[in-house]
Amino acid sequence: MTTTTERAFGASVARKEDARFITGQGRFTDNLTQPGMVHMAVVRSPLAHARIKGIDTSAATEMPGVVGVFTGQEMADAGFGGIPCAWVVPDSDTVTPPHPPIAIDTVRYVGDAVAMVVADTDANARDAAYAVDVDYDVLPVVVDVRKAMDPDAPQLHEEAPNNQCFHWVVDGGDVEAAFASADVVVKETITNQRLIPNAMEARVALARWDDAMGELTLWVTSQNPHIVRFLLSLDTPVPEHKIRVIAPDVGGGFGSKLAHYPEDTMVIFASQQVGRPVKWAETRSENYLATTHGRDHIAEVEMAATKEGKILGLRAKTWASMGAYLSTASTGIATILHGLILSGSYDIGAIHEDVYGTFTNTTPTDAYRGAGRPEAIFMVERMVDLVARELDMDPVEVRRRNLIEPFDDGHEVATGLVYDSGNYVGALDKALDMFGYEDARKAQAKAREEGRLVGIGVVTYTEICGLGPSEVAGAVGFGGGLWDSAIVRFHPTGKVTLLVGVSPHGQGEETTFAQIISDQLGVSVEDVDVVYGDTAKTPMGWGTYGSRTTAVGSGAIMGAVSQIKDKGVKIAAHMLEAAEEDIEFSDGVFSVKGSRADGKTIQDIALAANTAWDLPEGVDPGLEASSFFNPGNFVYPFGTHIAQMEVDPETGEIDFQRYVAVDDCGPVINPMIVEGQVQGGVAQGAAQALWEGAVYDDDGNLVTGSMMSYAIPKAEFLPNFELGKTETPTNVNPLGVKGVGETGTIASTPTVYNAVMDALAPLGVQQVDMPLTPERVWTAIQEAQKGGQ
Amino acid sequence: MQTAPFDYYRPETLADAIDLLSTVDGARPLAGGHSLLPAMKLRVANPPALVDLSRIEGLDGISRNGDSLSIGALTKHAAVAASELVQGDCSILADTAAHIGDPAVRNRGTIGGSIAHADPAADYPTVLTALGATITVTGKSGDRSIPADDYFVDMFTPAHADGELVTSVEVPVIGDEQGGDYKKHRHPASSYAVVGVAAVVSASDGTCTAARIAIGGITGTPERAEAAEAALVGQVVSAESIAEASSKVAAALDNPLGDVYASGEYRVHLATVLTRRALADAFIDAGV
Repeated sequence: MTTTTERAFGASVARKEDARFITGQGRFTDNLTQPGMVHMAVVRSPLAHARIKGIDTSAATEMPGVVGVFTGQEMADAGFGGIPCAWVVPDSDTVTPPHPPIAIDTVRYVGDAVAMVVADTDANARDAAYAVDVDYDVLPVVVDVRKAMDPDAPQLHEEAPNNQCFHWVVDGGDVEAAFASADVVVKETITNQRLIPNAMEARVALARWDDAMGELTLWVTSQNPHIVRFLLSLDTPVPEHKIRVIAPDVGGGFGSKLAHYPEDTMVIFASQQVGRPVKWAETRSENYLATTHGRDHIAEVEMAATKEGKILGLRAKTWASMGAYLSTASTGIATILHGLILSGSYDIGAIHEDVYGTFTNTTPTDAYRGAGRPEAIFMVERMVDLVARELDMDPVEVRRRNLIEPFDDGHEVATGLVYDSGNYVGALDKALDMFGYEDARKAQAKAREEGRLVGIGVVTYTEICGLGPSEVAGAVGFGGGLWDSAIVRFHPTGKVTLLVGVSPHGQGEETTFAQIISDQLGVSVEDVDVVYGDTAKTPMGWGTYGSRTTAVGSGAIMGAVSQIKDKGVKIAAHMLEAAEEDIEFSDGVFSVKGSRADGKTIQDIALAANTAWDLPEGVDPGLEASSFFNPGNFVYPFGTHIAQMEVDPETGEIDFQRYVAVDDCGPVINPMIVEGQVQGGVAQGAAQALWEGAVYDDDGNLVTGSMMSYAIPKAEFLPNFELGKTETPTNVNPLGVKGVGETGTIASTPTVYNAVMDALAPLGVQQVDMPLTPERVWTAIQEAQKGGQ
Repeated sequence: MQTAPFDYYRPETLADAIDLLSTVDGARPLAGGHSLLPAMKLRVANPPALVDLSRIEGLDGISRNGDSLSIGALTKHAAVAASELVQGDCSILADTAAHIGDPAVRNRGTIGGSIAHADPAADYPTVLTALGATITVTGKSGDRSIPADDYFVDMFTPAHADGELVTSVEVPVIGDEQGGDYKKHRHPASSYAVVGVAAVVSASDGTCTAARIAIGGITGTPERAEAAEAALVGQVVSAESIAEASSKVAAALDNPLGDVYASGEYRVHLATVLTRRALADAFIDAGV
């Protein structure tokens, strides 16, 4: 219970949403049922590239319980179009090939839908799906992001010669001059391997077509139901005002539930065809094939520096796999969310990157926690370490010589971004202190004398999130706005419903948003219900991704809060027979200055406003405010992470010994929730460095097709993370808050990687592909020792 | 369903189970289900019928029987790990059980199921081979005992016949001047042994008097490293003699398995290192 003496803002309030989750009472899409509901199963291609010669549905149609079997052509004939790509980056010659929800003549990845079966039960639908007989002509396959552009590579789309989806360039400063004047240039080929997002809940979609009303309801595991509705109005025959999209409790997304997927329109089509509600629930094996993957970049990177360690320039050529088709936000991730942040936390005078997006016979890629920024920060932070190694300097010292000085009102970098606020040295110093950096380096030197391979990795990152200014969204080709919305609604008893356009799915805003209302308006956290995820209830908004929910959503909440306060002052002045300018508001009480005991509580005001028996002239009944917030800039959280790892020289196994993270996301609303975000983010990012990696064979089969072969970290793999924070507010939103959902992931991959490479430094090893499996590390050690002999 | 359709039987007695397995075409026994059911959900295994053994009484439990422990086939891994009898008389086996899979696997999976599945990446087959355990199988014509050395014929291929069930395993206790240790390199996803090495040794006055070394995860079955064993016996136990013996394990590992996580060459290398480490700890356990 939060009392008025204890600010709700900044307190580790227990999550309001947890009671239902930990007692098994969450309401996820697959928990929902509708009268007369039937089930869809998807027939998927077992081949990565093939022409469909024929589809024989006759046996499946005869199977028990089957009410319909449908193909892509039938969907097209019914007016269902291709799945749109919602982000087409300008000045990049982006090609957007057709993406039919069900393949019509060609399949392009293992898992591509070729037919659907609708039956009375999920079991019958699956059984019948096995009975659909598809005749294929096998085509050659390409899975490698770079080889896809080879002249003789198999072609995926006739619209995209050489499998090139786009060529995008970021260019700032005089790169040629920077490299020409450098004392040292370090080069590396960096692979950010393909990852599988692995949300706890796989995808589910349930459509109910109401023919009499011409209305559609879609319950779906989405991070952004308003975007799904917008896109459904483009690729289904149903107009937007007749579509209601509901994202009930959603069990994590990590970006993989951002996209609008083919199955969304498939259940809608099926519901129209069979006249009954239709549900589809993905299996985990299906999820690995049919839900978007992340990363899959290869970059050739160069960094130029002076012999004093001053970084002069960064140049890169990067290939980014789009997979077989363009998913909703795919092209923006490897470009806008990637190349623009290549200055990291440093003043780098000249930056140039060419990014080639390519099509391969693989599952489409899209956002995955960090989305473009992890790949960029990995490149920067790895190259800074290579500069340090080349100059035989401590990597912390190189960073110190290049970090942007503290600033609180904007700092422009070579890519054109204007960072909001930062104190990078402050976070670095705090992390070094927490880690005991100097002592750890001394202990490392001693360990090395004993032949032990102990390494310390340091990363001073900055990222871009809180997406974002809508004008920028338009300018960079994002097919929507990036503002957000809130409605604060006081009921007669003074309880509050807060309706928001963002759509959290595990991040805890049911609690943190209630804390904001509590802090601002003096109602208890328990008296605030936060409603999201339903286009029929909540105002238009752009959803939850890019660590925008609090950074943008709180701006809208604060706008509504301000209106409530203003109206409260008017009503209180009337009730207290005082002038408005004599009324002050604090801790939920409107009072004449100096007479707090005689004041009116916000609950009094809510009752007066809602009954409207005696309101001042010109004041409308009700106590409700609606606000839209379009941020003037992105926000730029930052911090320093430090890891210590020890490599077993005999086996290549890595002992993950310590991890210190100091993150700055501005003022913290709920420290427990922020720590949880950092903990999970660090684990996911460390997993990219050490364990995770999606592997395709040359025929396009996903070799790591299940959790038996794709290694998600277990708690026992990880040390206890030591977390700290600094608080540098942004001026982009009223509360000064920045996003924290992705910082851990962005920082931890290079931190862990740098630590392992530091451990191997005495052997001369500077590059091993991720994930750093024991065999890869052992092989690198073997080769280094052979080379050294 | 996720699985192909199948018939389901749940007999109350061992005799009924054996009868069903002999008469129902293609019937497979179901114990903990942690290997069979995932394969069925992927439709890699499509048995037309399952015979659920869970209602049969008397097939679980652990007792001491002379110089052996007798462990019923339906004994869960968690029960083996928690058994004071196993911890005291054969600690290598309790330790092994405690590190199989994850808690869900240990609370459902059974020792008999693991043995009968004969997965080269499983832990029990390797450790039971090093211990010189004996597997009891029961069929229509009664019981027969098969030494672990002979039981694991090939990958997923046990020595029992169709219609026979593993009913218990007899495990020699670790006596005075004996010790054992099991080292495994766990797959980070599956927790299976990429390589598992079990060593059971005897030593008297600092000299090795007997050694059994088994290596799992590399070939189709647990492999006895006989050259390494022979090199140890009669030797004074030392870092050098252990290293010398360990260097001979590669010879026992022809045609090593490999996958995207670990190549055959790397597995053989790991076997050499883990053998040395397992032997060192086994001799400490033996009081050397």
